Amino acid sequence: MSTKEAKTEAPKTAPAETKKLTGAEMVIKALIEQGVEVIFGYPGGAVLPIYDEIFKNQDKIKHVLVRQEGGALHAAEGYARSTGKVGCALVTSGPGATNAVTGLTDALLDSIPVVCITGQVPTFLIGTDAFQEADTTGITRPCTKHNYLVKDADDIAETVHEAFHVARSGRPGPVVIDIPKDVQFAKGEYHEAKKLEQQFYQPKTQPDMAAIEAAVELMASAKQPVFYTGGGVINAGPEASKLLRELVKETGFPITSTLMGLGAYPAANKEWLGMLGMHGTFEANWAMHDCDVMINIGARFDDRVTGRTDKFSPNSTKVHVDIDASSINKNIHVDIPIVADATEALRAMLDVWKKRKYKADEAALKKWWDQIEKWRAKNCLAYKSDSKIIKPQYALERLRYFTEKDARDTYITTEVGQHQMWAAQFLGFNEPNRWMTSGGLGTMGYGLPAAIGAQMAHPDALVVDVAGEASILMNIQEMSTAVQYRTPVKIFILNNQWMGMVRQWQELLHGERYSESYTESLPDFVKLAEAYGGIGLRAETPDELDGVIEEMLKTDRVTIVDICVDQKENCFPMIPSGKAHNEMILSPDADQFDKSLV
Amino acid sequence: MNQAKRKNKKSKSVYAPGPDQGALESHTLAIIVKNEPGVLARVIGLFTGRGYNIDSLTVAETDHEEGMSRITIVSSGTPEVIEQIKESLRQLVPVKRVRDLTTFGPHIERELALIKVASTGERRIESLRLADVFRARPVDSTLESFVFELTGTTEKVDAFIDLMKPLGLVDVSRTGVAAISRGATTHDEITD
Ligand SMILES: Cc1ncc(C[n+]2csc(CCOP(=O)(O)OP(=O)(O)O)c2C)c(N)n1
Ligand SMILES: [Mg+2]
Repeated sequence: MSTKEAKTEAPKTAPAETKKLTGAEMVIKALIEQGVEVIFGYPGGAVLPIYDEIFKNQDKIKHVLVRQEGGALHAAEGYARSTGKVGCALVTSGPGATNAVTGLTDALLDSIPVVCITGQVPTFLIGTDAFQEADTTGITRPCTKHNYLVKDADDIAETVHEAFHVARSGRPGPVVIDIPKDVQFAKGEYHEAKKLEQQFYQPKTQPDMAAIEAAVELMASAKQPVFYTGGGVINAGPEASKLLRELVKETGFPITSTLMGLGAYPAANKEWLGMLGMHGTFEANWAMHDCDVMINIGARFDDRVTGRTDKFSPNSTKVHVDIDASSINKNIHVDIPIVADATEALRAMLDVWKKRKYKADEAALKKWWDQIEKWRAKNCLAYKSDSKIIKPQYALERLRYFTEKDARDTYITTEVGQHQMWAAQFLGFNEPNRWMTSGGLGTMGYGLPAAIGAQMAHPDALVVDVAGEASILMNIQEMSTAVQYRTPVKIFILNNQWMGMVRQWQELLHGERYSESYTESLPDFVKLAEAYGGIGLRAETPDELDGVIEEMLKTDRVTIVDICVDQKENCFPMIPSGKAHNEMILSPDADQFDKSLV
Repeated sequence: MNQAKRKNKKSKSVYAPGPDQGALESHTLAIIVKNEPGVLARVIGLFTGRGYNIDSLTVAETDHEEGMSRITIVSSGTPEVIEQIKESLRQLVPVKRVRDLTTFGPHIERELALIKVASTGERRIESLRLADVFRARPVDSTLESFVFELTGTTEKVDAFIDLMKPLGLVDVSRTGVAAISRGATTHDEITD
């Protein structure tokens, strides 16, 4: 940070403004200037001066007391993901900071803008193994986009402003500001946020027009094209989703998306192929494999998407739009790289397409769609329905039916496991920012705090955490937070009593040796909900299901719904790790699974 | 990273062996960074975290007014990995500019070495004679030792050290490579 610049600017501010403030006062003032409305946090010795200021500024900034710092980070992520704003967390030094590490890593992998302020022991104690000292900037350096240790109160305001700028610009991500306690007490000068063009960090957002023109020309000549979109479209803001819809409409090309990109394109539209990747649809993965032109917008060729890279989409010419140049050519070689913000790239593509009066090759496209329809006819998500046991897929279909009927806007979060993949497959998303899941890190325990964060931002919306019984226990303490703040999230547990995803891999890949994947002594989730002051409901048979869902939607209280589902159900389709897209396994041929692959 | 991937080829992992690795190339990168606390750790952390190689590293503040430092790293990897290294470095917030001097073209690379040789008699005289050939200056001498100062390319420094081994080499301190492009151009005038 260059303090010099800011100092020379100071005389511009009114005399009253130059009155010195304490570090803690400036933290809160800077957060308010950045538009922060909610902070998720947990107090402790090293952040007490800041907590003091929170007490004094209750009317301007709301603090949500989580029950473990990990929850604060996921809640900030849920808030950020559902609003497009930067999420904010505040934790103490030492254990507070180390508890935040999982959430920071989660936000890094999924490119979620979060600013986390951590308290630190006083500067004169740093390096002495002081009480609750941890090398926070050292620990968080690899799991943040950037981090700061502020040693001078004069630097506080500028650091906070820069942290927000870094978190939200370019490829978004988590930023940590570590503030020693003596710096929180010390007086310093407040500086207002610098203008955008004065910032040191200036990521490129505008596309190279020659590359856009080459990409659009390629699209116009494509015979078997596919759009492959990702979280970058969501991160670029709602305008990107709008432009994407328009581009798909103009071209008539099929579109699939990653787990992180769901909702950017409506699942209800006919061009939508469903999610791709390890548990993606047959039609999406085969279209990726057989296409001749692939247009990747804001996705990063993750290994869960590509499967075996040397057999990935062997015959296609690939366009890749990404705001992060280091994501391009990292896993898959592409032909037309475009470093840009998704909104800008999509806008430019549409402009060129229209100006040049390009038309898709209708005849070729029809043949391509005929082929896709044949793949669709496989009906890859089909499952055997049952009149006695609730199939997890059926439970989600009913959830979708009732939430679509509900007048409220619906936000879905998930934990990690089979239920997460089924939710992605079965709940159709039609708008961006409505789907929050831990994609890159796969963090069990993400869903409940993320749901609280989303509900904080959207008090009138319906927020449902689709959960597994194992994952939910990882951050179950946040029930208490939800009840305290009357954020009436609904926890929809697909309770199969197993770590289902682990059990599935053990069944298919480890000779059915179910090592430690069954949970004995699960709590009674209905009583657990009641113990926390929420409502508990349970469905054990398919005919109880609808009533339970309706009741869940009726209540304005925090609710756990314990859906007792088939314990043996596996999640299909599935591309085993290291296999190609065209080697995916559908549920009826699961028996042919090559179990020797370990 | 590459080594790990190569090993996988033989194992029965469910993961594919990964793409075939091309030949390794050595590249000299000049990285201009804001000289803020932790910036070196951040650059190094990127290399260790992503399994890239560092063959040589030098760092010092080069612009005291603006507080900018120059890190020179010699790294080796396949052409794809080298590209990846450069792009990942550019993503770091305090990194202002990354230039690959190897692909940029004509440039000068120099190392400074201090080399201590302890010997007497014929060996002592021979070390002095060779130092003269290499234009290494004795900067400290006692009756049974010399400290030579030598600047030159890595190869030249290596060669001198090899020659000193039988002549009583006891200690070596090297700076690592500092590098700069030839001619009037600077980093700031060139964009990729
Ligand atoms: C923190 C963490 N630990 C371990 C894992 C590995 N893991 C992935 S899915 C899973 C099982 C999840 O079980 P449950 O929540 O019941 O979901 P289900 O698969 O049964 O739907 C485990 C242990 C993980 N993703 N995250
Ligand atoms: Mg389970």
